[in-house]
Amino acid sequence: MTTVPESFSRTLLRSGIISLWSAILFLPFKGLQASALLFGVLFLSVLLLTFAGSWLSLRLTMPASLKERIRSSFPTDWRYLLLFLLPALAVPFVAQNYIIDVAVLAGIYIILALGLNVVVGYTGLLNLGFVAYYAIGAYSFALLNTKLGLGFWSAMPVAVVITTIAGFLFAVPALRLKGDYLALVTLGFGEIVRITLNNWDSFTNGPNGIGGISAPMLAGMSLETLSAYYYLVFFFVLVAIVVIGRVQRSKIGRAWIALREDEVAASAMGIPSTAYKLYSVSFGAFWAGIAGCLFAAKMRFISPESFTFMESVLVLCMVILGGLGSIGGVIVGAVILVILPEVLREVQMYRMLALGAGIVLLMIFRPQGLFGGSVVSSRH
Amino acid sequence: MLLQQLINGLTLGSVYALIALGYTMVYGILELINFAHGEIYMLGAYLGIIILGFFTAVGLTAYSVPLALALTLLLTVIFSASYGFTVEKIAYRPLRTAPKLSPLISAIGVSIFLQNYVMITQGATDKVFPSLVGHAGFTILSTRVTFMQASIIVVSGIIMGLLHAFIRHTRTGKAMRAVAQDRSMASLVGINTDSIISVTFIIGSGLAAIAGLMVSMYYGLVNYFIGYSAGIKAFTAAVLGGIGNIPGAMFGGILLGLIESLGSAYISSEYKDAYAFIILIVILLVRPSGLLGRDAEEKI
Repeated sequence: MTTVPESFSRTLLRSGIISLWSAILFLPFKGLQASALLFGVLFLSVLLLTFAGSWLSLRLTMPASLKERIRSSFPTDWRYLLLFLLPALAVPFVAQNYIIDVAVLAGIYIILALGLNVVVGYTGLLNLGFVAYYAIGAYSFALLNTKLGLGFWSAMPVAVVITTIAGFLFAVPALRLKGDYLALVTLGFGEIVRITLNNWDSFTNGPNGIGGISAPMLAGMSLETLSAYYYLVFFFVLVAIVVIGRVQRSKIGRAWIALREDEVAASAMGIPSTAYKLYSVSFGAFWAGIAGCLFAAKMRFISPESFTFMESVLVLCMVILGGLGSIGGVIVGAVILVILPEVLREVQMYRMLALGAGIVLLMIFRPQGLFGGSVVSSRH
Repeated sequence: MLLQQLINGLTLGSVYALIALGYTMVYGILELINFAHGEIYMLGAYLGIIILGFFTAVGLTAYSVPLALALTLLLTVIFSASYGFTVEKIAYRPLRTAPKLSPLISAIGVSIFLQNYVMITQGATDKVFPSLVGHAGFTILSTRVTFMQASIIVVSGIIMGLLHAFIRHTRTGKAMRAVAQDRSMASLVGINTDSIISVTFIIGSGLAAIAGLMVSMYYGLVNYFIGYSAGIKAFTAAVLGGIGNIPGAMFGGILLGLIESLGSAYISSEYKDAYAFIILIVILLVRPSGLLGRDAEEKI
């Protein structure tokens, strides 16, 4: 951070204070021995990081042209898209079931994160209860399927319409609020939906969830196998990318971004702000509904446990990690956050700890995400 | 029955009020919803159990229970306040000039981190607070009040009174009010805003720790995820009274405690946790400045 290199003794003192302070804070939780260990580890790593940091900052400032090239390789140029498409299409032929399973999950989260990106990334409305729409989509689908016996292709449109309408109806009063308040109301909405699903035993079967959801059929053939389901999800991911990408570049998408950047100026230019925000929230809910249906049909069983606040935070992290408002970035973010926990299965206990610390570090050092440009407005 | 529920609600409400004060003070100064505040409350509950356990192990509790409790309270507050101070320094201070979204998300990160930090070091199972006061109590108007309930209400009342006096009458309190009104103007007249913000976090965390300690003594059980729902409820209380408004937070906390307790007795106890959210949504939609707050002009 500092341009003038610190003297060695100052660095030593600073690392000493930081690690001693952390060790004292840690003391009641794990005892003297662990604290002493923490002190030693922290002391050495802070010391090393300080030196490595000052050395690296001299050598390794990424040239702007390289950054630009990395970023520009992500947008929707179809040739680059093919580069990702072909390996993705080949996954079921080369990978084991376990990997296909993770890939299906990643696909569902990509759709969900792209939907949230419309609301948070383009329109700038922070939503902390996005999982509510996901839950409404999944539960509508499951209930239509198990109680009314509708198949995948007839239950899904109905469930998605229900979710979109729910998104719209909730947004009408909520959009009177802005910023933090809006975020909290969405959080409250998410919790109310979950608590209701958990307690409305006669309708949603409460905490036991709904089982026995049938697998989708296509042309008389059941898409029961994992690879068949993979292609189904893949199809919807492609649709989401193409549709959301086109909407983003349309008049509506540009109006969203204008609202995000400066609502007053945008209204002055004749953009009806409430109407466009309503579009945005409903459009986001629409994709959450699709993701919910795909999730329910994949799992064949859903319960309120899958729709907690943590899930909302996770999806939000996907959007932020990749970069708010960038489709490629959001996809990468979703894939990273689905794969990472699988890779880190060995150290399962520390996953969430690392996620929390990672969020803080990301906000401090790279708030625009890995691939985001200067899309996040600097007004506050 | 009604009176009994009122007493229960008042106990719960005093705890919400103590936590809500931390939210409201931070919001008043930084316009930041300190999402990690509920976790500080949870840390306070855990630290209370750990420190009291230590005193019991060295034989201090057997020597004198009040002394052990007083020392536990003191150490719990010091440790939790240090955590609050550290969280602000690491996770919020670098983001002072960032867009508003960043500190909020950073706060969510801190909250996840602290929850898992406690889960890993202390285990995922419930922790039991040793029963020292028991269920002894007294009866007024045929209503049973335990000593624990009475002391929660009294202690919270005293602390809130002290806080009010501190903010009204001391130099630091005056500086806090100045920073809340206009941060850049306050720094122009020579107030060190960064240290005032630190003081705010320290006081808020100390109050949350006292609440956490008292709740863990009251219920006897503590878990690493109690911070989330208590935090949301206390935040609701702060919004209910008018966020940024200190008497409002006390009033909102007690009101919310009463609503929850009466609601679960007379309407439905299954939806107990939903009441806070419903109130939060209704208040924000109908009167976002809260019951005691003034309408804020929108700055363009």
